[in-house]
Amino acid sequence: MAEEAPAITLDKVNKWYGTMHVLRDVTMNVAQKERVVVCGPSGSGKSTMIRCINRLETHQEGKIIVDGTELTDDLRALDTIRREVGMVFQSFNLFPHLTILENCTLAPISVRKMPKAEAEELAMDFLRKVKIPEQAKKFPGQLSGGQQQRVAIARALCMKPKIMLFDEPTSALDPEMIKEVLDTMVGLAETGMTMVCVTHEMGFARMVADRVVFMDRGEIVEQGPPTSMFENPQTDRLKLFLSQILRGH
Amino acid sequence: MNSQATATTIGTKAPTRERPEANLPGPIAWAKANLFNGVISSVVTIVLGAGILYALWGFVGWAFIRAIWSVPTTPSGALDPTTCRINHGIGACWAAIHDKWRFMLFGRYPYEDQWRAGLCVVLFVGLFYVSSNRRFWNKSLIYIWAGTLLVIGVLMWGGVLGLAYVPQDEWGGLPITLILSTFGLAFAFPLSVLVALGRRSTKLPAVKILCVTYVELIRGVPLIALLFMANVMLPLFLPEGVNFDKLVRAQVAIILFAAAYLAEVVRGGLAALPKGQAEAADALGLTYWQKTLKITLPQALRLVIPPLVNTFIGFFKDTSLVLTIGILDLLTASKTAMADPIWQGVSTEIYIVVAIIYGVCCYTMSSYSRSVERNLDRTRNR
Repeated sequence: MAEEAPAITLDKVNKWYGTMHVLRDVTMNVAQKERVVVCGPSGSGKSTMIRCINRLETHQEGKIIVDGTELTDDLRALDTIRREVGMVFQSFNLFPHLTILENCTLAPISVRKMPKAEAEELAMDFLRKVKIPEQAKKFPGQLSGGQQQRVAIARALCMKPKIMLFDEPTSALDPEMIKEVLDTMVGLAETGMTMVCVTHEMGFARMVADRVVFMDRGEIVEQGPPTSMFENPQTDRLKLFLSQILRGH
Repeated sequence: MNSQATATTIGTKAPTRERPEANLPGPIAWAKANLFNGVISSVVTIVLGAGILYALWGFVGWAFIRAIWSVPTTPSGALDPTTCRINHGIGACWAAIHDKWRFMLFGRYPYEDQWRAGLCVVLFVGLFYVSSNRRFWNKSLIYIWAGTLLVIGVLMWGGVLGLAYVPQDEWGGLPITLILSTFGLAFAFPLSVLVALGRRSTKLPAVKILCVTYVELIRGVPLIALLFMANVMLPLFLPEGVNFDKLVRAQVAIILFAAAYLAEVVRGGLAALPKGQAEAADALGLTYWQKTLKITLPQALRLVIPPLVNTFIGFFKDTSLVLTIGILDLLTASKTAMADPIWQGVSTEIYIVVAIIYGVCCYTMSSYSRSVERNLDRTRNR
C-alpha cells in the first residue's frame, strides 16, 4: 500500500531572529486529514513554526513542503500555498472597514476570481456553519470577540483551503466565549480537515487531536497521542509544563 | 438546582430604571460655574471681557461706523479719494475695494473677458462641491474632473470658439490660487501615496532609497528656493526651444513639494496599522496591490484624515509664495491693485478681504474633513 504524501513536511527547519535561535532542527510531518495540536510555554517557537508554514515568517535553513510544493522565494509557489492554507490568528485580524460578508468574500473574489454572487452564497453558507449568518451586514467592531473569531474561521474557509492553521485562536477571548470557538473548531475537525493548531486548550486537544506536539526553546521535545502525552509524559520539561498549565484549572 | 438558577441569570437583562433627570443648568448657572468660579476666576473674566469688548468696539467703529463706503466722482470722471485720505486711520476705506475688486480677484486678466475667469472660479467651486458628495464617488467622477478641467482650460486660454486668446502671464488672482492648489493637491496626493508605499517597501531597496532621498531632499529645501529653481534653473537644463511656461514650472515645484510632505503623513498612517491586517491579507493569498488597495491603504488614509487636511490647508495658503517668481495669485494681485496712486495708504482693508476669502476656503475644508471623519466613525463603530 503506497503511503499518501504528507500534507506538510518540515525537515530540519532552523530560524534565527538576529542572533536568537528560535527554531532548532524542527522536523515534523503532518499527514493528510491529520489534526495536530502544538503546545509549549511562551517563547517556545510554536507560533513561529506555524507562521513559517504559510511563510508569514521565513526560515533560514531546512525544507518546508506544503501540499507537495516547497516554500522558497518563488512567489508563484507562495501564491499556490497561501491559496491552499487558511490561517486563523490570535487577534482575529478581521478587516474593520469591511462588513462581515465582505470580509468573507474578498479573497474568493480577488484571488479565486469567483463571481460576486457565488462568493456571497458561499460566504453565507460558512457563516451559517459558524452560526452567525444574521451578522453578515455588520462590521467587525460590532461583534463580540467570540463572534469575530468565528467570522475569521469562516473567512479562511471561504477560500476552500486543504489545510487550516490556528495560532492560539482562543487566547484573546473572554472565558465564556472560548467554548463557542472551540465548538466551531471541533465541527471543522469532524469534516476531515487537515489542522495544525497552536493552543493551550487541553480539553480540545484530547477531543480532536490525533497527535500533540510539545515544543520548548525552539525544538520539539516530545510528541504523541494526547492521552499518553498528558497522562504519561516522558520528559521533565513536559511534566513541568503540564503541572503549570493544569494548576489554573 | 442552584447553579441552574445562576446560569439563567447570566446574560439576561437586569431590571432597568430611568436615567435620573440631569440638572440642566441655565446660562446664569453655567456662567457662575465656568466664568465666576472664585475670586481669581472672576477678576480674569472681567479683565479679559473688558479687553475683548474694547477691541471689538474699536474694530466695529473702524470697519462699519466710521467707514467710507463710496467716494464722489470728479468732473473728469475719476474717483476723488480725498475723504478716504482724511479718514485714514480713523475709518476703513471700502470705496477702494469697491473700485478695485475686479483686479484683486482676476489680476491683469483682460477686463472685458474677466467673466471667463469668474466662470472658472464658479466651475472650481462646483467641482469641489460635486467631489465632496459621496454619491459621485465612482468612475463618473474622473470624467467630471477631466471635463471640468478641460472647460476651465478653454475658458482661461481662449483662442477657440470665438474666445480671445489670453496668454498665461496675464492670468492672475483667485483663479491662479485655485489652479495651483487644485492641480497641486490632485497630483501630489497620488504621488505621495506611491512615495509612502515605496518608502515602506522591504523587497525593493532601490525604490526605497529613491523615495527616502526624494522626501529628505525636498523637505530640506524651502518652497521659495524650489520655486526659484523651477523658474530660473530649470530652463537652463532644458534644450533650446523647449520651454514650459512659468505657471507650469511653479505648478510642478508645488506638486513635488506637497507630495514629499503628504507622503510622510500617509506613511504615518500605514505605520500605525496593526501588523495583523497585512498578515491576514497575506494569509488569504491577496497580491501586494490587492492588499494595499483594499486593506491597508483605505484604513491608513482614514486614520490620517486630520493631518492630511492640515497639510492640504497649509499648501492652499502656501501657493501665495508664487509671488516670488512674479505670478499674481490672489494675495499679490490684491496688493498690486492698491499700487494705484489714488488709493495710497489703503492696505488693511485688502488684507481683511483676502483673509476672509482664504478663511472661508480653509474653514470649508476643515469642516468637510470633520464631517467625513464622523461619517466613517459611524460605519466603523470601533
